[in-house]
Amino acid sequence: MPGRVVVITSGKGGVGKTTTTANLGAGLALEGYRVCLIDADIGLRNLDVVMGLENRIVYDLVDVVEGRARLRQALIHDKRVENLYLLPAAQTREKDAVNPEQMKELTAALAEEFDFVLVDSPAGIEHGFRNAVAGADEALVVTTPEVAAVRDADRIIGMLEARDLRNPRLIINRIRTDMVRRGDMMDIDDIIEILAIELLGVIPDDEAVIVATNRGEPVVLQSRGRCAEAYRNLVDRFLGKDVPIVALDGHSKLLERLRSWMALGRRPVSG
Amino acid sequence: MFDLRRWGARTGGSKDAAKDRLRLVLMYDRKALSPELLNRIKDEMVGVISKYMEIDEEGVQVDLDQNQDQAMLVANVPVRQVRRGAGGVSR
Repeated sequence: MPGRVVVITSGKGGVGKTTTTANLGAGLALEGYRVCLIDADIGLRNLDVVMGLENRIVYDLVDVVEGRARLRQALIHDKRVENLYLLPAAQTREKDAVNPEQMKELTAALAEEFDFVLVDSPAGIEHGFRNAVAGADEALVVTTPEVAAVRDADRIIGMLEARDLRNPRLIINRIRTDMVRRGDMMDIDDIIEILAIELLGVIPDDEAVIVATNRGEPVVLQSRGRCAEAYRNLVDRFLGKDVPIVALDGHSKLLERLRSWMALGRRPVSG
Repeated sequence: MFDLRRWGARTGGSKDAAKDRLRLVLMYDRKALSPELLNRIKDEMVGVISKYMEIDEEGVQVDLDQNQDQAMLVANVPVRQVRRGAGGVSR
Protein backbone atom coordinates (compact mmCIF):
# COMPACT_ATOMS: atom_id res chain seq x y z
CA MET A 1 0.00 0.00 0.00
CA PRO A 2 1.46 3.41 -0.89
CA GLY A 3 2.21 5.88 1.90
CA ARG A 4 0.29 9.03 2.74
CA VAL A 5 1.26 12.27 1.04
CA VAL A 6 0.63 15.15 3.42
CA VAL A 7 1.04 18.81 2.54
CA ILE A 8 1.87 21.29 5.31
CA THR A 9 0.62 24.72 4.37
CA SER A 10 -0.51 28.04 5.84
CA GLY A 11 -0.95 30.84 3.35
CA LYS A 12 0.90 33.34 5.47
CA GLY A 13 4.66 33.10 5.71
CA GLY A 14 6.59 32.86 8.95
CA VAL A 15 4.04 30.93 10.99
CA GLY A 16 6.19 27.81 11.27
CA LYS A 17 5.38 25.51 8.35
CA THR A 18 8.97 24.42 7.90
CA THR A 19 9.59 23.87 11.61
CA THR A 20 6.34 21.91 11.83
CA THR A 21 7.29 19.78 8.83
CA ALA A 22 10.73 19.05 10.29
CA ASN A 23 9.38 18.10 13.71
CA LEU A 24 6.40 16.10 12.51
CA GLY A 25 8.69 14.24 10.10
CA ALA A 26 11.40 13.56 12.69
CA GLY A 27 8.73 12.55 15.22
CA LEU A 28 7.14 10.07 12.81
CA ALA A 29 10.55 8.63 11.99
CA LEU A 30 11.25 8.24 15.73
CA GLU A 31 8.10 6.15 15.89
CA GLY A 32 9.63 3.83 13.32
CA TYR A 33 7.91 5.03 10.16
CA ARG A 34 9.71 5.63 6.90
CA VAL A 35 9.44 9.36 6.26
CA CYS A 36 10.46 11.58 3.37
CA LEU A 37 10.30 15.37 3.65
CA ILE A 38 10.01 17.44 0.48
CA ASP A 39 10.91 21.11 0.43
CA ALA A 40 8.54 22.50 -2.19
CA ASP A 41 9.71 26.09 -1.77
CA ILE A 42 11.78 26.31 -4.92
CA GLY A 43 14.08 29.32 -4.91
CA LEU A 44 13.78 29.82 -1.15
CA ARG A 45 14.79 26.52 0.37
CA ASN A 46 14.78 26.36 4.14
CA LEU A 47 13.91 22.89 5.30
CA ASP A 48 17.54 21.82 4.80
CA VAL A 49 18.86 24.40 7.29
CA VAL A 50 16.10 23.78 9.80
CA MET A 51 17.04 20.08 9.65
CA GLY A 52 20.76 20.87 9.72
CA LEU A 53 21.34 19.01 6.44
CA GLU A 54 22.37 21.97 4.29
CA ASN A 55 25.96 20.79 3.83
CA ARG A 56 24.97 17.46 2.38
CA ILE A 57 22.97 18.57 -0.64
CA VAL A 58 24.23 17.33 -3.97
CA TYR A 59 21.12 17.15 -6.08
CA ASP A 60 17.72 18.73 -5.58
CA LEU A 61 14.08 18.37 -6.54
CA VAL A 62 14.48 20.15 -9.86
CA ASP A 63 17.46 17.93 -10.77
CA VAL A 64 15.21 14.92 -10.27
CA VAL A 65 12.30 16.36 -12.22
CA GLU A 66 14.57 17.34 -15.10
CA GLY A 67 16.29 13.96 -15.15
CA ARG A 68 19.78 15.03 -14.07
CA ALA A 69 19.60 12.84 -10.99
CA ARG A 70 17.71 9.78 -9.91
CA LEU A 71 15.37 10.17 -6.96
CA ARG A 72 17.58 7.96 -4.80
CA GLN A 73 20.61 10.13 -5.47
CA ALA A 74 18.86 13.32 -4.42
CA LEU A 75 17.48 12.02 -1.12
CA ILE A 76 19.52 13.01 1.93
CA HIS A 77 19.45 10.62 4.82
CA ASP A 78 19.18 12.23 8.24
CA LYS A 79 21.67 10.16 10.22
CA ARG A 80 20.18 11.04 13.61
CA VAL A 81 17.01 9.11 12.92
CA GLU A 82 16.60 5.92 11.00
CA ASN A 83 14.36 6.18 7.96
CA LEU A 84 14.21 9.97 7.75
CA TYR A 85 15.02 11.49 4.37
CA LEU A 86 14.92 14.96 2.80
CA LEU A 87 14.42 15.94 -0.80
CA PRO A 88 15.70 19.54 -0.89
CA ALA A 89 14.33 22.31 -3.07
CA ALA A 90 16.46 23.96 -5.73
CA GLN A 91 17.84 27.25 -4.52
CA THR A 92 18.84 28.90 -7.79
CA ARG A 93 15.73 28.20 -9.80
CA GLU A 94 12.37 29.86 -10.21
CA LYS A 95 9.14 28.46 -8.81
CA ASP A 96 7.88 27.55 -12.26
CA ALA A 97 10.79 25.13 -12.83
CA VAL A 98 8.34 22.43 -11.72
CA ASN A 99 4.68 21.95 -12.58
CA PRO A 100 1.88 20.28 -10.60
CA GLU A 101 1.86 17.23 -12.91
CA GLN A 102 5.55 16.60 -12.20
CA MET A 103 4.98 17.03 -8.47
CA LYS A 104 2.20 14.48 -8.62
CA GLU A 105 4.53 11.95 -10.25
CA LEU A 106 7.28 12.70 -7.77
CA THR A 107 5.13 12.30 -4.66
CA ALA A 108 3.53 9.16 -6.07
CA ALA A 109 6.98 7.63 -6.64
CA LEU A 110 8.04 8.53 -3.09
CA ALA A 111 4.82 7.19 -1.61
CA GLU A 112 5.82 3.78 -2.98
CA GLU A 113 8.95 3.83 -0.81
CA PHE A 114 7.82 5.72 2.29
CA ASP A 115 5.01 5.53 4.83
CA PHE A 116 4.73 9.31 4.94
CA VAL A 117 5.70 11.92 2.40
CA LEU A 118 5.49 15.39 3.98
CA VAL A 119 5.46 18.32 1.58
CA ASP A 120 6.53 21.68 3.02
CA SER A 121 4.55 24.22 1.02
CA PRO A 122 5.83 27.70 0.26
CA ALA A 123 3.82 30.67 1.56
CA GLY A 124 1.29 32.20 -0.79
CA ILE A 125 -1.45 30.85 -3.01
CA GLU A 126 0.30 30.87 -6.37
CA HIS A 127 2.35 28.43 -8.38
CA GLY A 128 4.36 27.08 -5.47
CA PHE A 129 1.21 26.31 -3.48
CA ARG A 130 -0.39 24.57 -6.44
CA ASN A 131 2.75 22.45 -6.82
CA ALA A 132 2.84 21.57 -3.14
CA VAL A 133 -0.78 20.40 -2.98
CA ALA A 134 -0.77 18.65 -6.37
CA GLY A 135 0.04 15.16 -5.14
CA ALA A 136 -1.29 15.44 -1.59
CA ASP A 137 -3.81 13.04 -0.06
CA GLU A 138 -4.38 15.25 2.95
CA ALA A 139 -3.45 18.67 4.27
CA LEU A 140 -2.35 20.23 7.53
CA VAL A 141 -2.79 23.96 8.01
CA VAL A 142 -0.43 25.82 10.34
CA THR A 143 -1.47 29.08 11.93
CA THR A 144 -0.51 31.32 14.83
CA PRO A 145 -3.03 33.07 17.11
CA GLU A 146 -2.92 36.29 15.12
CA VAL A 147 -5.54 37.95 12.95
CA ALA A 148 -3.48 37.90 9.75
CA ALA A 149 -2.40 34.28 10.12
CA VAL A 150 -5.91 33.03 10.91
CA ARG A 151 -7.35 35.00 8.02
CA ASP A 152 -4.85 33.46 5.60
CA ALA A 153 -5.48 30.03 7.07
CA ASP A 154 -9.18 30.47 6.31
CA ARG A 155 -8.41 31.32 2.72
CA ILE A 156 -6.09 28.35 2.37
CA ILE A 157 -8.71 26.02 3.84
CA GLY A 158 -11.13 27.23 1.18
CA MET A 159 -8.57 26.62 -1.54
CA LEU A 160 -7.70 23.17 -0.24
CA GLU A 161 -11.35 22.18 -0.20
CA ALA A 162 -11.76 23.50 -3.72
CA ARG A 163 -8.95 21.11 -4.65
CA ASP A 164 -10.73 18.22 -3.01
CA LEU A 165 -8.42 18.15 -0.01
CA ARG A 166 -11.36 17.87 2.35
CA ASN A 167 -11.10 18.12 6.10
CA PRO A 168 -7.68 19.68 6.50
CA ARG A 169 -6.51 19.67 10.10
CA LEU A 170 -5.17 22.62 12.04
CA ILE A 171 -1.95 23.13 13.98
CA ILE A 172 -1.86 26.23 16.17
CA ASN A 173 1.71 27.34 16.58
CA ARG A 174 3.38 29.72 19.04
CA ILE A 175 0.57 30.05 21.51
CA ARG A 176 1.44 31.97 24.67
CA THR A 177 -0.40 30.79 27.73
CA ASP A 178 0.31 33.97 29.67
CA MET A 179 -1.24 36.16 26.97
CA VAL A 180 -4.22 33.85 26.55
CA ARG A 181 -4.81 34.05 30.27
CA ARG A 182 -4.71 37.85 30.16
CA GLY A 183 -7.24 37.84 27.36
CA ASP A 184 -4.69 39.29 24.96
CA MET A 185 -4.35 36.31 22.67
CA MET A 186 -6.96 34.23 20.91
CA ASP A 187 -7.48 30.89 22.58
CA ILE A 188 -7.62 27.47 20.91
CA ASP A 189 -11.41 27.52 21.16
CA ASP A 190 -11.63 30.97 19.56
CA ILE A 191 -9.58 29.90 16.56
CA ILE A 192 -11.37 26.58 16.12
CA GLU A 193 -14.72 28.33 16.36
CA ILE A 194 -13.74 30.77 13.64
CA LEU A 195 -12.09 28.32 11.25
CA ALA A 196 -14.43 25.41 12.01
CA ILE A 197 -11.91 22.66 11.32
CA GLU A 198 -10.43 19.81 13.31
CA LEU A 199 -7.54 20.63 15.62
CA LEU A 200 -4.51 18.37 15.33
CA GLY A 201 -2.21 20.03 17.80
CA VAL A 202 -0.99 23.09 19.65
CA ILE A 203 2.64 24.12 19.99
CA PRO A 204 3.61 26.64 22.67
CA ASP A 205 5.79 29.63 21.89
CA ASP A 206 9.15 28.60 23.23
CA GLU A 207 12.75 29.73 22.92
CA ALA A 208 13.78 26.10 22.68
CA VAL A 209 12.54 26.02 19.08
CA ILE A 210 14.79 28.92 18.10
CA VAL A 211 17.76 27.39 19.89
CA ALA A 212 17.14 24.04 18.21
CA THR A 213 16.80 25.70 14.82
CA ASN A 214 20.08 27.57 15.38
CA ARG A 215 21.72 24.20 15.84
CA GLY A 216 19.86 22.54 13.01
CA GLU A 217 18.16 19.94 15.19
CA PRO A 218 14.41 19.40 15.23
CA VAL A 219 13.32 20.07 18.80
CA VAL A 220 11.27 16.87 18.85
CA LEU A 221 14.54 14.92 19.05
CA GLN A 222 15.17 16.33 22.52
CA SER A 223 14.24 14.03 25.33
CA ARG A 224 12.53 16.69 27.40
CA GLY A 225 10.98 20.14 27.13
CA ARG A 226 7.42 21.27 26.61
CA CYS A 227 7.91 21.88 22.89
CA ALA A 228 9.40 18.45 22.29
CA GLU A 229 6.49 17.03 24.24
CA ALA A 230 3.96 19.09 22.29
CA TYR A 231 5.39 17.85 19.01
CA ARG A 232 5.36 14.24 20.21
CA ASN A 233 1.71 14.68 21.13
CA LEU A 234 1.09 16.11 17.68
CA VAL A 235 2.74 13.06 16.13
CA ASP A 236 0.63 10.72 18.23
CA ARG A 237 -2.58 12.49 17.28
CA PHE A 238 -1.52 12.44 13.65
CA LEU A 239 -1.13 8.68 13.97
CA GLY A 240 -4.68 8.47 15.25
CA LYS A 241 -3.95 8.07 18.96
CA ASP A 242 -6.33 9.74 21.33
CA VAL A 243 -4.07 12.23 23.10
CA PRO A 244 -5.76 15.11 24.92
CA ILE A 245 -4.56 18.67 24.40
CA VAL A 246 -2.70 19.00 27.68
CA ALA A 247 -1.66 21.99 29.65
CA LEU A 248 2.01 22.77 29.40
CA ASP A 249 3.29 26.02 30.66
CA GLY A 250 6.38 27.98 31.52
CA HIS A 251 5.17 27.97 35.09
CA SER A 252 5.36 24.95 37.28
CA LYS A 253 2.97 22.20 36.30
CA LEU A 254 1.52 22.18 39.78
CA LEU A 255 0.50 25.80 39.46
CA GLU A 256 -0.90 25.11 36.03
CA ARG A 257 -2.89 22.17 37.29
CA LEU A 258 -4.22 24.24 40.15
CA ARG A 259 -5.20 26.99 37.73
CA SER A 260 -6.97 24.69 35.31
CA TRP A 261 -8.68 23.02 38.21
CA MET A 262 -9.94 26.39 39.40
CA ALA A 263 -10.91 27.36 35.89
CA LEU A 264 -13.09 24.32 35.39
CA GLY A 265 -14.80 24.30 32.06
CA ARG A 266 -12.10 26.30 30.37
CA ARG A 267 -9.92 24.23 28.13
CA PRO A 268 -6.28 24.52 29.16
CA VAL A 269 -3.98 25.82 26.46
CA SER A 270 -1.13 24.28 24.53
CA GLY A 271 0.22 20.83 24.28
CA MET B 1 -20.27 36.37 44.28
CA PHE B 2 -16.62 35.84 43.63
CA ASP B 3 -16.38 33.91 40.42
CA LEU B 4 -13.44 31.53 40.49
CA ARG B 5 -13.37 31.30 36.74
CA ARG B 6 -12.58 34.97 36.47
CA TRP B 7 -9.49 34.47 38.53
CA GLY B 8 -6.57 34.18 36.19
CA ALA B 9 -8.80 34.33 33.12
CA ARG B 10 -9.69 37.91 32.50
CA THR B 11 -11.88 38.80 29.59
CA GLY B 12 -12.15 42.01 27.64
CA GLY B 13 -8.52 41.97 26.52
CA SER B 14 -7.43 42.64 22.97
CA LYS B 15 -8.36 39.14 21.87
CA ASP B 16 -12.01 40.14 21.64
CA ALA B 17 -11.06 42.84 19.18
CA ALA B 18 -9.07 40.24 17.21
CA LYS B 19 -12.04 37.88 17.11
CA ASP B 20 -14.54 40.52 16.09
CA ARG B 21 -12.33 41.86 13.35
CA LEU B 22 -11.60 38.37 12.08
CA ARG B 23 -15.26 37.44 11.94
CA LEU B 24 -16.02 40.44 9.78
CA VAL B 25 -13.06 40.13 7.50
CA LEU B 26 -13.72 36.43 6.98
CA MET B 27 -17.33 37.05 6.12
CA TYR B 28 -16.08 39.27 3.36
CA ASP B 29 -13.27 36.92 2.30
CA ARG B 30 -15.50 33.87 2.20
CA LYS B 31 -18.04 35.72 0.14
CA ALA B 32 -15.28 36.66 -2.27
CA LEU B 33 -14.47 32.99 -2.54
CA SER B 34 -17.90 31.89 -3.68
CA PRO B 35 -19.71 34.06 -6.18
CA GLU B 36 -21.87 30.98 -6.83
CA LEU B 37 -23.43 31.39 -3.43
CA LEU B 38 -24.33 35.01 -4.08
CA ASN B 39 -25.78 34.01 -7.43
CA ARG B 40 -27.89 31.37 -5.77
CA ILE B 41 -29.21 33.89 -3.26
CA LYS B 42 -29.91 36.27 -6.12
CA ASP B 43 -31.85 33.67 -8.10
CA GLU B 44 -33.99 32.74 -5.14
CA MET B 45 -34.68 36.36 -4.31
CA VAL B 46 -35.72 37.02 -7.90
CA GLY B 47 -38.11 34.09 -7.61
CA VAL B 48 -39.73 35.42 -4.44
CA ILE B 49 -39.96 39.05 -5.50
CA SER B 50 -41.30 38.15 -8.96
CA LYS B 51 -44.41 36.75 -7.31
CA TYR B 52 -45.35 40.25 -6.30
CA MET B 53 -43.76 42.59 -8.81
CA GLU B 54 -42.34 42.59 -12.25
CA ILE B 55 -38.61 43.17 -11.96
CA ASP B 56 -35.72 43.63 -14.30
CA GLU B 57 -33.92 40.37 -13.65
CA GLU B 58 -30.81 41.42 -15.54
CA GLY B 59 -30.44 44.47 -13.36
CA VAL B 60 -30.56 42.69 -10.00
CA GLN B 61 -27.41 43.06 -7.92
CA VAL B 62 -26.68 41.25 -4.69
CA ASP B 63 -23.54 42.02 -2.75
CA LEU B 64 -22.07 41.73 0.68
CA ASP B 65 -21.02 45.12 1.96
CA GLN B 66 -18.99 45.93 4.99
CA ASN B 67 -19.00 48.95 7.20
CA GLN B 68 -17.28 49.59 10.52
CA ASP B 69 -18.84 46.85 12.55
CA GLN B 70 -21.29 45.01 10.42
CA ALA B 71 -21.53 43.05 7.24
CA MET B 72 -24.59 43.84 5.16
CA LEU B 73 -26.27 42.01 2.34
CA VAL B 74 -27.27 44.69 -0.14
CA ALA B 75 -29.68 43.94 -2.95
CA ASN B 76 -30.61 46.31 -5.74
CA VAL B 77 -33.77 45.22 -7.51
CA PRO B 78 -35.08 47.41 -10.33
CA VAL B 79 -38.89 47.20 -10.30
CA ARG B 80 -40.83 47.57 -13.57
CA GLN B 81 -44.33 47.16 -12.30
CA VAL B 82 -46.17 45.97 -9.24
CA ARG B 83 -48.51 43.09 -10.05
CA ARG B 84 -52.20 43.62 -9.71
CA GLY B 85 -53.47 42.24 -6.45
CA ALA B 86 -50.01 41.95 -4.94
CA GLY B 87 -51.11 44.02 -1.99
CA GLY B 88 -53.88 41.55 -1.07
CA VAL B 89 -53.63 39.83 2.28
CA SER B 90 -54.75 36.44 1.02
CA ARG B 91 -55.37 34.80 -2.30
